[in-house]
Amino acid sequence: MDNNKNWIDQRFPLTKVWNEHLAEYYTPRNFNFWYFFGSLAILVLVMQIVTGIFLTMHFKPDAANAFASVEYIMRDVDWGWLIRYLHSTGASAFFVVIYLHMYRGLLYGSYKAPRELIWILGMVLYIALMAEAFMGYVLPWGQMSYWGAQVIISLFGSVPVIGPDLLIWILGDYAVGDPALNRFFSLHVIALPLILVILVFLHIVALHTVGSNNPDGVEIKKNKDANGIPKDGIPFHPYYSVKDIVGVVVFLMIFSAIVFFSPAMNGYFLEHANFVEANPLKTPDHIAPLWYLTPFYSVLRAIPPLFGSQFPGVVGMFAALLILIALPWLDRSKVKSIRYRSMPYKIALAIFVVSFIILGYLGMQPVTPVNAFLARVFTIAYFGFFILMPWFTSIGKTKPVPERTTEH
Amino acid sequence: MSEQEIDLKKRRFLTGATSVVGAVGVGFVAWPFVSSWMPSARAKAAGAPVDVDITKLETGQLVRVLWRKKPVWIFKRDNTTVTNLSTLNGELTDPNSDETSQQPEYTKNIHRSINPDVAVIVGVCTHLGCSPTYRPEIGAADLGGDSWKGGFYCPCHGSKFDLAGRVYAGVPAPTNLVIPPYHFVTDSLIRIGIDPKA
Amino acid sequence: MKKILNTTLAALAAMTISFNASASAGSVHLDSANTDISDQGSLQNGAKLFMNYCSGCHSISFMRYNRIGKDLNISDADVEKNLMFNGEKIGDNVVSSLSDAGAVNWFGTTPPDLSLVSRSKGVDWIYTYLHGFYKDESRIFGVNNHVLENASMPDVLWKLKQERSTEEFDQDVRDITNFLDYVGEPAKLVRVDLGYKVLGFLFILFVLSYLLKKEYWKDVKYGKWRAKD
Repeated sequence: MDNNKNWIDQRFPLTKVWNEHLAEYYTPRNFNFWYFFGSLAILVLVMQIVTGIFLTMHFKPDAANAFASVEYIMRDVDWGWLIRYLHSTGASAFFVVIYLHMYRGLLYGSYKAPRELIWILGMVLYIALMAEAFMGYVLPWGQMSYWGAQVIISLFGSVPVIGPDLLIWILGDYAVGDPALNRFFSLHVIALPLILVILVFLHIVALHTVGSNNPDGVEIKKNKDANGIPKDGIPFHPYYSVKDIVGVVVFLMIFSAIVFFSPAMNGYFLEHANFVEANPLKTPDHIAPLWYLTPFYSVLRAIPPLFGSQFPGVVGMFAALLILIALPWLDRSKVKSIRYRSMPYKIALAIFVVSFIILGYLGMQPVTPVNAFLARVFTIAYFGFFILMPWFTSIGKTKPVPERTTEH
Repeated sequence: MSEQEIDLKKRRFLTGATSVVGAVGVGFVAWPFVSSWMPSARAKAAGAPVDVDITKLETGQLVRVLWRKKPVWIFKRDNTTVTNLSTLNGELTDPNSDETSQQPEYTKNIHRSINPDVAVIVGVCTHLGCSPTYRPEIGAADLGGDSWKGGFYCPCHGSKFDLAGRVYAGVPAPTNLVIPPYHFVTDSLIRIGIDPKA
Repeated sequence: MKKILNTTLAALAAMTISFNASASAGSVHLDSANTDISDQGSLQNGAKLFMNYCSGCHSISFMRYNRIGKDLNISDADVEKNLMFNGEKIGDNVVSSLSDAGAVNWFGTTPPDLSLVSRSKGVDWIYTYLHGFYKDESRIFGVNNHVLENASMPDVLWKLKQERSTEEFDQDVRDITNFLDYVGEPAKLVRVDLGYKVLGFLFILFVLSYLLKKEYWKDVKYGKWRAKD
């Protein structure tokens, strides 16, 4: 055994990697509930890749056959229904986990120096994940797939000057059809997963370079013992590996409950209208993207057209996404964790979270005058959080941050 | 319990138990993925039994049908051919069809069929899966001249079979050609894929 | 840990309750179909009624005859005798014998495939729709429907309605609805039971992994982990 290990170590830094990233990677001892979601995101990514590989074996990326091939998986392929439900539920679970993971970053200021790059990589991951999910949703070729794609892709047509040509280039046709389905399939199963995996790798490399933040927002590397080990740090393995296993099992219990008892989640995870095959002649009564995209869809609809062009809405939607990247530089507070933040920040964060959720809800609803008004109010609140951040993070009284982590 | 020794035994037990149960779980999860590679209901429906009407089949004539995506030969042999079969025994690897996996029990006989004159054989070479060609002409010069009593010749690697699908010794193919399950629904209708009712 | 678990469970329960509130859109009031997919007798009767009254025009083309037989515990011989009328093979999909051209002549449109109607419309919609025919001489078949205004479909169950008592007819419609619910998702017959087993297994794994975590974290609690080398 030891001989084998030596043989490998002379050729590949196995022991070194193991120690640097697990056995001697020192992690703050005071992680709480919010720190489960990073490892869970990796779990879901792996699960989506594995189930996706198996679905690809049976799916036909062809406008004439795609819808039927999904039902073929659901009925004719042994256990195909389970693999498909794991994948469709996994998509929503991915966003649940990612949103909680991002919220953790907001709670404890994990994006602040020296972790700006982790945050930026995470945001790029999030955007890539949205593209991945959107294209995946097109593949079953139901009514929602088709019309959702039509609406979202049409946004590119609103780009000034080049819009119409850009639109046709993206579609490879004059409307959503077989070429679009085929290229989305390629991007969904090869290009984007590859990008996601590389980004996750970089995200973790960056994290392991600076080390994890923690609920107290204390830098544990500032207090080391005689051996150079942070006094508030514990090795990731075995302590956090065994802890994360518990998180994984609890997550799997909730996840399985959905997969086995309510895989469609009454239309939230698999929309009712998507059980009707795509029909270019008939738009469903009400089109909404899946829940994880709706906050941004709301922003899109909330911004009024300018000179008859939808472009401002499109810009607003992308701005709502991209502005998150600027967060590390908008936040002027000297304190990271919500535990020691000033009252103005706490209020602003609460307003932001509420706005995001309400925008998400409104994005699923049909447009009515009241809804449109509300969407505008909360869009302003959403952007207000970022634009006013330099101001409200520099006022108010913060609590003193302790030298060491507080939970013992 | 302020200061207590590490209970290594308990630790090892829990590590072992969690690992074992976890591994069992991974096994359970793997199962659906493994079985999703089995023939689907569609493939099974496409591989359903095939009916062949042999009313018009003449002696010496061979028809091919697809059953489970494989060619199945149905051909009629005259009496001489059937009688000749036993004279070949010395040149064959398995003249008595002792290899049970190559034919159903009810065709384990010299002519490897239910009725001596009608042969039903899966036309896939037991070497590497090519489909042999039908060479019924007796004494074909390229196949050994006078000793050739008619049979099948595989163009891929030169394996030879007689008109009962039995393999000659000294060729790459190791076993006789496969006889599918089949039965006669009527005297002139063969159903390939289902055994006769006992 | 316990607190987190409780919160999660409560949140999940709340979510399920709110999601279970009616999702089917539309302004028409829908009666509750009250179907039970585990009631095999109801599914068998529904299959028989569907094949006799509906399958002449409507396909359920994602469904195979032998799959229905297997899932509903009907032998292949009985399926061939009672559910198949046009010389199909047992492994074939259930496709109506009506040609598209004939359909457009008769109804002005092709009768929709009903494989997934229970998933797109919901069982309550089907149940109410089948009850919803009323006399309207202005329509080609002399009937109209409360649920789907101007549906180009005759009231195929009218004779059944006359032959059976109100309760019996309700049950028949419920059985057809139940059968269509099954047809929408055949896996539904097995997935719930399997779900309980999976959860049971995960619970055992949870207990073990939690004890394991607790055992290891004694080191952190009592500051002993540094002494391991």
